[in-house]
Amino acid sequence: MAETSGEAGAIHARGLRKTYAGRKGQEVVAVTGVDLDVAPGEIVGFLGPNGAGKTTTLKMLATLLKPSGGTANVSGCDLAADPLGVRKRIGYVSQAGSTLPDAPLMLEIESQGRLYGLSTKEARRRGLELMEALDLGGLERRKSQNLSGGQRRRLDIVMGLIHRPELVFLDEPTTGLDPQARANLWEHIRRLRDELGTTIFLTTHYMDEADSLSDRLLIIDKGEIVGEGTATKLKAELKGDSLTLTFSGGEAAETGEEVAAGLEGAANVVRQGNVLFLNLPDGARALPGLIKRLSDAGAEPIGAELSRPTLDDVFLALTGRSLRE
Amino acid sequence: MFWRDTWTIFRRQMILSLRNPAWVLIGLLQPIMYLTLFGPLLEQVASVPGFPPGDSWKIFVPGLLVQLGIFGGFFVGFAVIAEWRAGVVDRMLVSPAPRGALILGRVLRDVVSLTVQGAVLMAAATLFGLAVPLYVMGLGLLLVALLGGAFSAFSYAAGLALKSEDSFAPLINMFALPVLLLSGILLPMSLAPRWLQVLSDINPFKHVVDGLRAVFLGDILSMTAAFGFGLALALMVLGLWVGARVFSGQVK
Ligand SMILES: Nc1ncnc2c1ncn2[C@@H]1O[C@H](COP(=O)(O)OP(=O)(O)OP(=O)(O)O)[C@@H](O)[C@H]1O
Ligand SMILES: [Mg+2]
Repeated sequence: MAETSGEAGAIHARGLRKTYAGRKGQEVVAVTGVDLDVAPGEIVGFLGPNGAGKTTTLKMLATLLKPSGGTANVSGCDLAADPLGVRKRIGYVSQAGSTLPDAPLMLEIESQGRLYGLSTKEARRRGLELMEALDLGGLERRKSQNLSGGQRRRLDIVMGLIHRPELVFLDEPTTGLDPQARANLWEHIRRLRDELGTTIFLTTHYMDEADSLSDRLLIIDKGEIVGEGTATKLKAELKGDSLTLTFSGGEAAETGEEVAAGLEGAANVVRQGNVLFLNLPDGARALPGLIKRLSDAGAEPIGAELSRPTLDDVFLALTGRSLRE
Repeated sequence: MFWRDTWTIFRRQMILSLRNPAWVLIGLLQPIMYLTLFGPLLEQVASVPGFPPGDSWKIFVPGLLVQLGIFGGFFVGFAVIAEWRAGVVDRMLVSPAPRGALILGRVLRDVVSLTVQGAVLMAAATLFGLAVPLYVMGLGLLLVALLGGAFSAFSYAAGLALKSEDSFAPLINMFALPVLLLSGILLPMSLAPRWLQVLSDINPFKHVVDGLRAVFLGDILSMTAAFGFGLALALMVLGLWVGARVFSGQVK
């Protein structure tokens, strides 16, 4: 029997884990054990570098992959016991597209709507409405292969929203969208939440997107959740200003790394090539002293930049990697 | 839900096909091509000792119908690989649609198109000189539908399981030749050496061909006919079962 302990739209996962069978019998651990909670009506951004396990986690929650371990309740239905219940309640926009290149848009939209119980007429009506909202108006007779990359991406989103699910998974919904289309999609996503109370769980590589669109962020790295909270909270946790020091070469940067690590109050020291990132409380006052110590150690930086921490710095501190490509 | 979703998938596939003029044209011309290319050979071959006695068209057309059923369904697996690559299969698997409907809808499209092709083939054969009652033609179409359904289901299952044209194509080739040769569609198996005949007896399609020939020759209530149709039906059921398993097995 289906368990219905959770609320509509919410996600509760405990110890969700996925290993793929790799070559020569060795296992690839894609997701090590994820705990996550999403409240109904929340917009949660799921951030992580390439290969972190975002898509794998989403596919498990959307019933496309069987977890190797752990449990989850998605929109009130137990993932293992009642996958059909989950399927009825969610929308899923995959990272990899959803329409056949030579199929006319409206045919795909109609068939998608019908599989969720809509009549052809209703699917068509909602499809036109959504296409209008996402600036695809007038393209319904096209084939999807004759759309631009960004238009096709928006079509995927139309497909995922056609049945007005209470919970939507969006895997990198804005990849390939121009700034205007991106802003328009954000607005649409916010409206979905505000008007229909839809819960939205989306992955992204864009910091500004995560920062301005999501109520809350989950940061995943190497299959593990490494940070969680609002953007403001995550930034405050960094304790201090972000300092970026550029050295003339890798060796100088290594020396710089040692010096900085020994500095009182310095945190999250990360070196990438000849660039050093760290957090420093009251950075403006501490910087001159630090530069002097670096010069004394024979590693005078050739550039220094001080800023209030951004989400990018949060990400760097948590994962040791920058999201900027 | 099951039949509604089956209809939804069937309708999508059918519209996709009908929008493709090449598909429609080739589908209609192919049976006629079979007849015009093989027909002239027929009179010679039919006199070869070993082919069942009787009107040569009644021997030849059942063979072509079986061939149509088998090969019409053989290649559809390529299409499902393309759909999988485009994300269509995943999109349908996250929907609440029963997995069986996802494959049955696709198979039914192939069944309908093959049945139409079979009808064209028999209509053309009638012009060439085939003379059988209408209900025999109906049984011929039924067999095409069963075989076509079976092979299309197997083909979708294999395509989706392999997910690669490069592995699917050799698999198809490996099956196609023995199935065709050993079924006695083109050459009578009684000409073959003993060991080949044994192999041929194991090949279910030989019995399907024999069954349909019996029907065309008027032995509708014979064991041979019943066995042939029974085999075709069993294959179709097995194909759909395997297909549904493969579709639901995608979630793992
Ligand atoms: N089918 C598979 N077989 C083996 N390993 C896989 C498979 N799918 C994904 N992986 C591995 O699992 C890890 C997580 O992949 P996943 O697709 O979840 O990453 P992601 O966070 O979505 O990355 P991206 O930002 O690039 O989309 C990666 O190391 C990937 O190589
Ligand atoms: Mg991904």
